[in-house]
Amino acid sequence: MTVVNENKNVPHENNGSEYIIEMRNITKEFPGIKANDNITLQLKRGEIHALLGENGAGKSTLMSVLFGLYQPEEGEILKNGEVVKINDPNDATALGIGMVHQHFKLVECFTVLDNIILGAEDTRFGFIKKADAREKVSQLSEKYGLHVDVDEKIEDITVGMQQRTEILKMLYRDNEILIFDEPTAVLTPQEIDELMQIMRNLAAEGKSILFITHKLNEIMAVADRCTVLRKGKYVGTVDIKDTTKENLSQMMVGRPVEFVVEKAPAQPKEEVLKVEGLSVKSKVHKKLAVNNVSFSVRSGEIVCIAGIDGNGQSELVYGLTGLEPVAAGKVTLNGEDVTKSSIRFRNTHGISHIPEDRHKHGLVLDYTLEQNMVLQRYFEPEFQKHGFIKFNNVREYSDKLIEQYDVRSGQGSVTVVRSMSGGNQQKAVVAREMDREHSLLIAVQPTRGLDVGAIEYIHNQLVAKRDEGSAVLLVSFELDEVMNLADRILVMYEGEIVGQLDPKTTTVQELGLYMAGAKREKAKEEVQ
Amino acid sequence: MRKFFSGIGNWIKSLFCIHDDKEPRLLTLSKKESTRSFVSSLVCILAGVIVGFIVMMILALASSEDQIYFSDAFGGLFTMLAGPFTAANAAFSFGNMIFYAVPIIMTGLSVAIAFKTGLFNIGAAGQYFMGAMGSLLVALNINCTGNDVAGFFVWLLALVVGMIFGMLWGCIPGLFKALFGVNEVIVCIMTNWIAANIVSWVFSSEGLKHLVNTGSGKSGYLIKTAVTNTGTPSLGLGKLFGNSYIDIGIFIAVALAIVIYIILNKTTFGYELKACGSNKHAAKYAGMNEKRNIILSMAIAGGLAAIGGALYYLNPGIELAYKAAYSKLPDNGFNGIPVALLASNNPIGVIFAGLLLRYLSQGGGNLSAFGFNQYVADIVVALIIYFAGFAKLIRDVLVNRQKKQTEKVLAKIANTVKNETDSSPVDTDKQYVIDQDVLTDEETQIDEESQEVEK
Repeated sequence: MTVVNENKNVPHENNGSEYIIEMRNITKEFPGIKANDNITLQLKRGEIHALLGENGAGKSTLMSVLFGLYQPEEGEILKNGEVVKINDPNDATALGIGMVHQHFKLVECFTVLDNIILGAEDTRFGFIKKADAREKVSQLSEKYGLHVDVDEKIEDITVGMQQRTEILKMLYRDNEILIFDEPTAVLTPQEIDELMQIMRNLAAEGKSILFITHKLNEIMAVADRCTVLRKGKYVGTVDIKDTTKENLSQMMVGRPVEFVVEKAPAQPKEEVLKVEGLSVKSKVHKKLAVNNVSFSVRSGEIVCIAGIDGNGQSELVYGLTGLEPVAAGKVTLNGEDVTKSSIRFRNTHGISHIPEDRHKHGLVLDYTLEQNMVLQRYFEPEFQKHGFIKFNNVREYSDKLIEQYDVRSGQGSVTVVRSMSGGNQQKAVVAREMDREHSLLIAVQPTRGLDVGAIEYIHNQLVAKRDEGSAVLLVSFELDEVMNLADRILVMYEGEIVGQLDPKTTTVQELGLYMAGAKREKAKEEVQ
Repeated sequence: MRKFFSGIGNWIKSLFCIHDDKEPRLLTLSKKESTRSFVSSLVCILAGVIVGFIVMMILALASSEDQIYFSDAFGGLFTMLAGPFTAANAAFSFGNMIFYAVPIIMTGLSVAIAFKTGLFNIGAAGQYFMGAMGSLLVALNINCTGNDVAGFFVWLLALVVGMIFGMLWGCIPGLFKALFGVNEVIVCIMTNWIAANIVSWVFSSEGLKHLVNTGSGKSGYLIKTAVTNTGTPSLGLGKLFGNSYIDIGIFIAVALAIVIYIILNKTTFGYELKACGSNKHAAKYAGMNEKRNIILSMAIAGGLAAIGGALYYLNPGIELAYKAAYSKLPDNGFNGIPVALLASNNPIGVIFAGLLLRYLSQGGGNLSAFGFNQYVADIVVALIIYFAGFAKLIRDVLVNRQKKQTEKVLAKIANTVKNETDSSPVDTDKQYVIDQDVLTDEETQIDEESQEVEK
């Protein structure tokens, strides 16, 4: 990796262009298709510019072009009004372009300081000049309000601090164009607010920010301007102060989108799932991932487990579905003790499960779509006779689901799932699980990686299932989703349920405090 | 009559050209998974032969005192490619080729089915030995001289017993893997050597002395099944092919390959096995019994390899060198791995891969006529196997080429349709949807790549 420090561009020198980076008429074709079709993106100096678009709209491709990973067929990139050629990521770094990836690129067992200087170490006689580096980092963190503990190891610090480390990495290299790729996906509401403030500070200091997201609230809160892409084409660039959320979403999707899920008040009936004192061991550390959790889900209600990723939600679901053995406690399904039952038993006795990781659990990627559609049902008389699969019935069933849930793929039922887009893979899982007969639907991040239109659809489906009498247990890290869908909210923090909230009477801020562990039900009771 | 010919003409034309707004038939055919496997295997074989040819040329150039002339390299290549047919007695050579192919087809099937379940059965050699031992214990202990019908049933019983021995032996690594999570490769290697020693030990015991061939000049060999008239029937095939070893084993091998193909592709059991092999987490999630499937898969694999061993040693003309068994594992056990590899684990492909490898070896036997060592043939075989490792790469190249071609053809079709219907808006929409899907595919690939990099 080349060291960029020598290449200090004077950031505020204006070369007669008001734009620091201009991507003009970029067209990038993959065999036969245009991923980017004549897209223009103009980033002003010192502004926060949002790049908005659905999955597959071409955001990643455009950023890959800017980063030198792809060469566009047409179009040019200008920096400060001068045409530049970006052949590889090293060129991009040399031009002062830095990126915070959605999944951080940090070395877990290194300290924050080591991570920041990694690849840009100044040395003297082969020894790293750590004192100088420390000095520079502390100056930077003070200047922009980026609080990090430079001597802590990455694995010991919070996600928010890891992200600040990533930002410091860019600043340490004197990058002036900062790209944030979906930076808020992993943060709590409080951390998101903090990040927004940091971004404003950076912009005020003259850094130019490209902010890739599909969360409209954040764009409205922090961005100056917004460029919208749809299906590889340029839709437009708007000033945020002249536009509304509804307008943006319409530009993005191409039709008006409902943000609030229409739903009647829940009418809970009999108890479907009862969990008493459930504990599940963790695979990563020696503590219990789920610690003495009790709750119940009734038919006709959506109970939502809120919380930041990694607070035991996954393990809780593993315990309920049988993927992991439980350490203690009891799970009752429709009055039957299923604590020690097999997965097949639970599958056929009322549990549908939209898993968190569709690649790991949800799908056999090398199987065709139709084979995946009958993953838990292939042994039923409808689909086999004397052990031979009834291919016609499988095809028919799969075609029906594809049609009903609008799962798009190259060759329909016979498409190999690996070749499908992530969104459509998710839709396939959702279709399969919703269509299976069930009394309890466990949905873990069901809208992960989906665009606004598909999210709307799945939310409506979840509500429809509720109204048909299913008990729905929804695990979600998205606050909007939680507030929108839940009839009851349970907040998980470090393996325990720390609060039970009513979405009608609670606020996002209060929910955030519970999620961050700053507030607990018990403490509240004591105050009362 | 003219209609008939023009029909044929049109059909041939449709192979290469766009017909009825559909892509050329050859393109459709070439997009099938089986065609891709076949073509990529073929390319591997060609590449192996070409490099083998280069090796022979180098050998020819390097040979001192003009033992081998440069032109001999061409002769050598031809001999290899002609396989058994250049031999003095082509029919005999061909018959033997078939006979020697049977055991590697069986061990190839064994490796292939285990691989479909995500297991690497390197224990085929041991299972092969156990199969041989089980079947010989039956076949050599019951004397059916003069009674062909009884001989046939004893032979059948011997085959089944051999298979059961192999299944039980194959279960061992399966059990260790399923119950204790021990890597099957390690257990397989250990069971291989245990099996080899068991064979030497069992046949050396006092009680089985009567099975040992005490003929003059013989030491350390068992008697042949010809002695007890319980050998594999040849139904006159042997005579047909110049008194070679060929027997009905090849039919059994082909039938079993078809059975395995049906199990894997048509039954719920095969569906489960492949799901476990492809993504064991998803299989678990779906409620499949992963442990049971691992054990069953290894048992079947063991049974198949054992049938290979049984069919080889039950032949009336083959004798088992039991004394030396402990010192060397049978090649047929390990050659199943390249056979399966070359066939991309396709049971039907295994038949052809097994025959091909024997075909080349048989030709290699005649290389000495041109001054080459016969083991040069083994080098070529090894090269082919080496190139078989690139089969996936070749397949990817094929897929990419086909993608481009398909898109060209689609564009052409869209154009003609457009011209015919004055470009109705519906068609352009359709085109657009296709684009969209491909686009999202591309993007997920990028995502996946970046995620892999993180890991």
